[in-house]
Amino acid sequence: MKAGSEAILTVKGTTLSIGTTNDHKTLLGADELVINMGPQHPSTHGVLRVKLKLDGERVIGSECVIGYLHRGVEKIAENRTYQQFAPYVDRMDYVAAVSSGLGYCEAVEKLLVAEAPPRARVIRTILTELQRIASHLLWLGTHALDIGALTPLFYCFREREEILKIFEKYCGARLTTHAFRIGGLQYEAYDTLEKDVERFCKDFESRIAEYEALLTQNRIWIGRTKGVGILTAADAIAFGVTGPVLRASGVKWDIRKAAPYAAYDQYKFEIPVGTTGDTYDRYLVRMEEMRQSRLICLQAIENIPSGPIMAKVGKVLKPPPGEVYHAIEAPKGEIGYYIVSDGTVMPYRVHIRPPSFINLQAFDRMVRGHLVADVVAIIGTIDIVLGEVDR
Amino acid sequence: MADEPKEPKPPQVPTGEKPASSTPPVSTHPAKPADANAPVAPPKAAAPAAPKPPVVLQTPLDNEIVKRFRAKFGGSLLEATEDRKQAILTVDRARLAEMAMHLRDEEKFDMLADLTAVDWPKREKRFDVVLDLYSFAKNERLRLKVHAADAEEVPSVVSVWPAANWQEREVFDMFGIIFSGHPDLKRILLPDEWQGYPLRKDYDILQQDTAWVRENLGIESGQ
Repeated sequence: MKAGSEAILTVKGTTLSIGTTNDHKTLLGADELVINMGPQHPSTHGVLRVKLKLDGERVIGSECVIGYLHRGVEKIAENRTYQQFAPYVDRMDYVAAVSSGLGYCEAVEKLLVAEAPPRARVIRTILTELQRIASHLLWLGTHALDIGALTPLFYCFREREEILKIFEKYCGARLTTHAFRIGGLQYEAYDTLEKDVERFCKDFESRIAEYEALLTQNRIWIGRTKGVGILTAADAIAFGVTGPVLRASGVKWDIRKAAPYAAYDQYKFEIPVGTTGDTYDRYLVRMEEMRQSRLICLQAIENIPSGPIMAKVGKVLKPPPGEVYHAIEAPKGEIGYYIVSDGTVMPYRVHIRPPSFINLQAFDRMVRGHLVADVVAIIGTIDIVLGEVDR
Repeated sequence: MADEPKEPKPPQVPTGEKPASSTPPVSTHPAKPADANAPVAPPKAAAPAAPKPPVVLQTPLDNEIVKRFRAKFGGSLLEATEDRKQAILTVDRARLAEMAMHLRDEEKFDMLADLTAVDWPKREKRFDVVLDLYSFAKNERLRLKVHAADAEEVPSVVSVWPAANWQEREVFDMFGIIFSGHPDLKRILLPDEWQGYPLRKDYDILQQDTAWVRENLGIESGQ
């Protein structure tokens, strides 16, 4: 792509479209510097390219260049039937495929004016909450690794592996699971699902304590995260930021509570919120979210209703003409599906509102005034997956 | 197969108020698991028979927000409907920015959740620009729609909700819709030099900017 052919180091004169600060007086009277970070950089979590405008070591402006992983998912959707498109959404946020899949299935169900049976909804909830834990674990491991703490990565992957094993036992796949179907589930829960989930949840409590022992009171960790990348509640709302990033800024909002879907209305859980909206708060919020997800799983396996796992939606889906927007709380924030039906077997239009893409917009606001080393911490703390940013 | 779409309609009643009405059936089912298949079927069949066989999904909308909106903007509110219990206001393109400000400040729709477009090439004004708003105070969603013909500009709402910045760029990238007043309208997902707008209906799924692919990737085709 064009990006590769551009100079890596450019002296003043390169235009930055987001917030050009030409009137900025550098600290030592030296020239401003524009450097390129990514798209091939280990801590950008994929193919994110960031143009950074620097005054010495301090960031005074930034611009994200995205699209390296664009696959035209929305165009593909218009050329597939409703069921055929379902596996594609797994390839957006590939570390939380179950959540994306749930959003899509529920959106189409809403369009069909159908609803999954209670048993399917509870099993969906269990798998989605496990996915949230898995996604947060991956985030924690890589985020800590970016900042320089190598150990948590191994611990996190150890537990994530257990979750992926449950997925594998359930549907045969570990990452791009395609676990749910429009109208319910294709597979019955396997015999020991409850036992496996219970065992994982039992172990997991002490495991979170292990991560916290490594990081929460760690002086280096606090030094690298406290006060870094502050996002105020007003800014977060203005930028449309959702998920843990919004909650860390002090906004107590979670779609699982605001507009319950699947079976969330049956379970008790808390929404953790932060106070300052810095990287450390976002860390604490996600840690607590894992605990709450664990509690939801434990409540759900207590009582999985019996009954069918699939609603009667038919083999050929022709939703009545109209449109629907359905959003769920994915691990990274609100994932929304806007689907327009013209009454045929293929959607007329599918638009996906990816949380990573929208949250990344606030990056520039968070990074200004910080050091180059903090950029890595801030990219990590937003928790983006480039497959979802670029779609 | 012709009657497929009708099948799923019956349970419309429960979907309306998910939290309230979905709880009881869940708790009752485990109580009688013996013939689990039976209890689910009858309510489905029974519900639609009585009220109205052809379920109307789109209905006119006339709530407080619409009344206040109409009082303020009059004829600029072209249509207010509800589709599957989701509110949709179709408004005049020219006054979009003004209306956005009203909805944010007076009606407390403080978050722009989503902004996108739909292409209807056979229509006189082929594009729908669709904004999904959310109000934290009311826990309510509202969809705002404007129509635009090819080459007609749509007022940008970046000054109202900064979240619109990248989303308007994406719509420009994919549909070629110009947002007047956008601070930096350029392509976002596709390369800057790309020709054509892929999400328009007349852009085939196999179509691509072959000149760009040849020049930049050094291959004949990206397929």
